[in-house]
Amino acid sequence: MTLNGWLQIGLVLGLVLVAVRPLGLYMAAVFEGRRTPASLALGPVERGFYRLAGVAPDKEQGWLAYTLAMLTFSALGFVSLYAILRLQAYLPLNPQGFDGVAPDLAFNTAISFLTNTNWQAYGGETTMSAFSQMAGLAVHNFLSAATGIALALAVTRAFARGGATTIGNFWVDLTRATLYVLLPLSIVVALGFVAAGAPQTLAGSVDATTLEGAKQTLALGPVASQEAIKQLGTNGGGFFNVNAAHPFENPNAFANILQIWSMLTVSAALLIMFGEMVGSERQGWALFGAVGALLLCGVALVYASETAGDPLLTALGLDPAQGNLEGKEIRFGQALTALYVAVTTGLSCGAVNAMHDSLTPLGGLVPLFLIQLGEVLPGGVGSGLYGLLAFAVLSVFIAGLMVGRTPEFLGKKIEAREIKLAMLAVLILPLAILGFTSVAAVLPAGLASLANSGPHGLSEMLYAYTSAAGNNGSAFAGLSANTPWWNTTTAIAMVLGRFGYAVPVMAMAGSLAAKKKGAPSAGTFPTDGLLFVGLLIGIILIVGGLQFFPALALGPIVEHVLMLAGKTF
Amino acid sequence: MSHLRPALVLLLLFTALTGIVYPLALTGVAAAIFPQQAGGSLIVQDGKIVGSRLIGQNFASDVYFHPRPSATTAPDPNDAGKTVDAPYNAANSAGSNLGPTSKTLVERVKAAAEAKTAEGWTSPLPADALTTSASGLDPDISPAYALAQIPRVAEARGLDAAKLRALVTAQTKRRWLGLIGEPRVNVLALNIALDAFHARQ
Repeated sequence: MTLNGWLQIGLVLGLVLVAVRPLGLYMAAVFEGRRTPASLALGPVERGFYRLAGVAPDKEQGWLAYTLAMLTFSALGFVSLYAILRLQAYLPLNPQGFDGVAPDLAFNTAISFLTNTNWQAYGGETTMSAFSQMAGLAVHNFLSAATGIALALAVTRAFARGGATTIGNFWVDLTRATLYVLLPLSIVVALGFVAAGAPQTLAGSVDATTLEGAKQTLALGPVASQEAIKQLGTNGGGFFNVNAAHPFENPNAFANILQIWSMLTVSAALLIMFGEMVGSERQGWALFGAVGALLLCGVALVYASETAGDPLLTALGLDPAQGNLEGKEIRFGQALTALYVAVTTGLSCGAVNAMHDSLTPLGGLVPLFLIQLGEVLPGGVGSGLYGLLAFAVLSVFIAGLMVGRTPEFLGKKIEAREIKLAMLAVLILPLAILGFTSVAAVLPAGLASLANSGPHGLSEMLYAYTSAAGNNGSAFAGLSANTPWWNTTTAIAMVLGRFGYAVPVMAMAGSLAAKKKGAPSAGTFPTDGLLFVGLLIGIILIVGGLQFFPALALGPIVEHVLMLAGKTF
Repeated sequence: MSHLRPALVLLLLFTALTGIVYPLALTGVAAAIFPQQAGGSLIVQDGKIVGSRLIGQNFASDVYFHPRPSATTAPDPNDAGKTVDAPYNAANSAGSNLGPTSKTLVERVKAAAEAKTAEGWTSPLPADALTTSASGLDPDISPAYALAQIPRVAEARGLDAAKLRALVTAQTKRRWLGLIGEPRVNVLALNIALDAFHARQ
């Protein structure tokens, strides 16, 4: 670790910090229907959309109608995306003449983009036409992120309101999230990427003759426009096979900083928006503090572990000062690679600027663990906030048990129904992750796809289901995931992780919205102070993390010990 | 069922807006204000495209500076189900994805390290000379790796090593404001400068 490295990390986090408050307050204004400077240009578009869709923007929905609207929209999105991928060969803008995508891969990919996972069992430049990338995949980068924001808004309103039967209108939230937040930010960020060097062209590829006279085919495409929303929407599905490690997706240090900034800022700003909408910005900052502290620990562990390097390689004479460079790019450096690794998994982004499979054992443990915590640091756009609120509800419940008082959060009494629903949501991750990993570990169809053996092989499988169920999308990419077994099971894990989590949380929101908002009394546990922040961190680590410890011990932890002992596999 | 109409209409409208209007408008704007970058940062010499400033090339000859090892592959022309090594295949980016305790990785690095030592390199060896990048297309190498190659290039070209060192130093990019980024050398730019320098001699 170097001082310069920490300064670069501090600089990026500082840039996020200054943007979080204005963006959070702006989003609160947008979603409460107040006029903003953007209304002038976007208001007519918004109203036109409602008219065509037959949506009455003032008519709100109860939690069940809201959830059904979300599910209907997702189901329709799945059907259309699956059709686009299968019929790719007959659709326009296919300069390389790619065939239609195979059924199991199209199924996996459609689920993957719909659930904001963006797990990719394919290499973009060898599988997807420009049309599939733009009108298929990029559209769902916007819509799955907007859906996440909408769900987070519904939960936010449940805390903000008292004695309410409705929690907003899904179609309005979806439309506003896309028009007022994601699209304008994408345009600015995409131009930033182009300025830094990311291509934005409809040409599929161009042939070059190298200095040594060989032919080199350079895959191109509308990269920058997809890159922007992929980061802002915490989607993470790359244009190219190696994602943001590709020089065209992420050309230099400036682009890399913009990548990290754009994936982190929207999710972090949602915490401030939450505080503002429930009438206590301080509450938003308390949540921000808890996730910030955990995330920084993750960054530090990856950075320390990667700069310590792989002793098996330094023993062969490699310069230890450069750290572990296998699977990393020179232009990013160890510090901003470590920051990227932790942020992309603390979020549900899953974009990568280094190959996670080649990280050192402890460097690879961090992304695994951060996803397993439920991706609440600060999580995917929307999904992170509602996941974090489930943990906050559990925290006040446990605090209430300790002092023998009915727990309250933001003036709402937390009772048996809310705790059951929160636990149902939190338990879906271990079910999907540990359940599928243990099955894959004993089936030939699962094991045949491994690229590494020994404990690292277990980590590859564990990472795949962790990433799928956590809707992250990054991978220990040595695993050959494009097989019927992996395509099918990871798709199921993605559905469980998205909807198995969101539906109980929405039911919890419905029951919370109906409760009266009590005034705080002398016995109320304040949830915007340091004590609560500490408790929340503890609950996230214990409830979210401890259940995965045995699996982590068999994978990365044992690999670390064996690496120090000089074992190879 | 009342959800079906808004779901269908909004999906169509947003597909048109975010899937077609947004990328196409951006393509137009990018071509107008950043034509070089939008087209892939191509380098054209004597009317021929010789590569992209951002994408590494597989230099193997002794007269050029070499890039990092690359893990990219291409379909085997003799057997469609298999792949063959094709370093710097910019149509199919890939990393090695070998973990830190992989025997394959350790043996690969060991063989490469022995070859470098036989060439006269001394320890510590630049790590980027022996490890594959994440994309397999890394355009850059560390200044240490570039300097270590000077004896070979100088001998193959019959050029003065001190002058080559000046050339490498001139091609080394420093951190912006001493803070942001990493010191590095773009191999393609260095080799183009090397050819130009050699032609002047």
